[in-house]
Amino acid sequence: MIVANRKSIPELIGMIERHSRVLLLGCGTCVTVCLAGGEREVNILGSALRIALRLRGRGEVVIDECTVERQCESAFIDLVAPRIADYDAICSFGCGAGVQMLAEYFPTTPVYPGLNTQFIGVLQSQGVWTEKCSGCGNCRLGEYAGVCPLTRCAKRLLNGPCGGSHDGRCEVGKDRDCAWQLIYDRCLALGTLDRVMDAIAAPQDWSTGGDASPRCVVREDQVIEGRKSGGK
Amino acid sequence: MPAEPTILAFACQCCACSAADAAGALHLEYPAAVRIIRLPCAGRVDTAQIMLALESGADAVMVAGCPEGDCHFVDGNARAAGRVRSLQELLAEVGLDPERLSIVHVASRDGAGFAHAASEATERAKALGPNPLCSDAWTGEAP
Repeated sequence: MIVANRKSIPELIGMIERHSRVLLLGCGTCVTVCLAGGEREVNILGSALRIALRLRGRGEVVIDECTVERQCESAFIDLVAPRIADYDAICSFGCGAGVQMLAEYFPTTPVYPGLNTQFIGVLQSQGVWTEKCSGCGNCRLGEYAGVCPLTRCAKRLLNGPCGGSHDGRCEVGKDRDCAWQLIYDRCLALGTLDRVMDAIAAPQDWSTGGDASPRCVVREDQVIEGRKSGGK
Repeated sequence: MPAEPTILAFACQCCACSAADAAGALHLEYPAAVRIIRLPCAGRVDTAQIMLALESGADAVMVAGCPEGDCHFVDGNARAAGRVRSLQELLAEVGLDPERLSIVHVASRDGAGFAHAASEATERAKALGPNPLCSDAWTGEAP
């Protein structure tokens, strides 16, 4: 999932207080699961912002809330589009993709981000999310026993370990696991240690990753003629 | 204008509500300012409802659950305590005194404990003064 956390109340107030009617728009997918921008979070933030504005003498600002299933698909935005004319601005509680989708969909309405999008990750334990994928466009997890060194090694080493690991922890921060210790342990359990530790990995092809942004994936069999958009 | 603050108590039916009943059975008095909303467990308390209560003018909100380590639903009271802590931080961020929200733990037969908690919450609300968001603020004087 895409993991995000909310911006501070003063930052949110700073963005929306110049408007008189603002819609807080939640997203029912990734940011709901990471408890940042789902229906409940948007309702809480709605109350919080109304309280904050009233205490600052700006009680006349109308703050309403609404949540769509996914902000990154226009079919779901279609459902809420008729309501948008009632507002001066939208504060999106979706990830950065959702914010930009709304900005494209509503070209004359200001759209503000309510969240700081962090990473693609997993729910590690209750209330704790960790980064697992950099979206490099050239997945090599098969070479590293299912542990991504590009994402989880602080030095992004494809030929590790670096020598700074201590008791399975990274020298960059004691709070993070050494990715290469994880790779070693897992290869040991799988009996594939020689395949990783004795081999020299080829350099990463960065042309498929962030260097190629903005990227576009096209499934020709799914494209409906006349509706194709985006692309490089 | 009302003479007393308004305090909403989100109370679990297993312990806190039974304790409130026990307070009545023991003829213990506690302030009428406390309005009880019965929940199946303190862990059911909805943070959005707490915010809505304060936004709508409640002077204070009290969440009342089972004693720590003795929740009938294993850890509902601990989850409620976590939500209360998180909301107290949010209240401080928006500029509302976090002391307007509290959590207490009382056993089902502890009528005196509930009456004490209710009195304490009322005194705290009086010391904080009326909710600045409430246009019909209490006066602190008898009607």
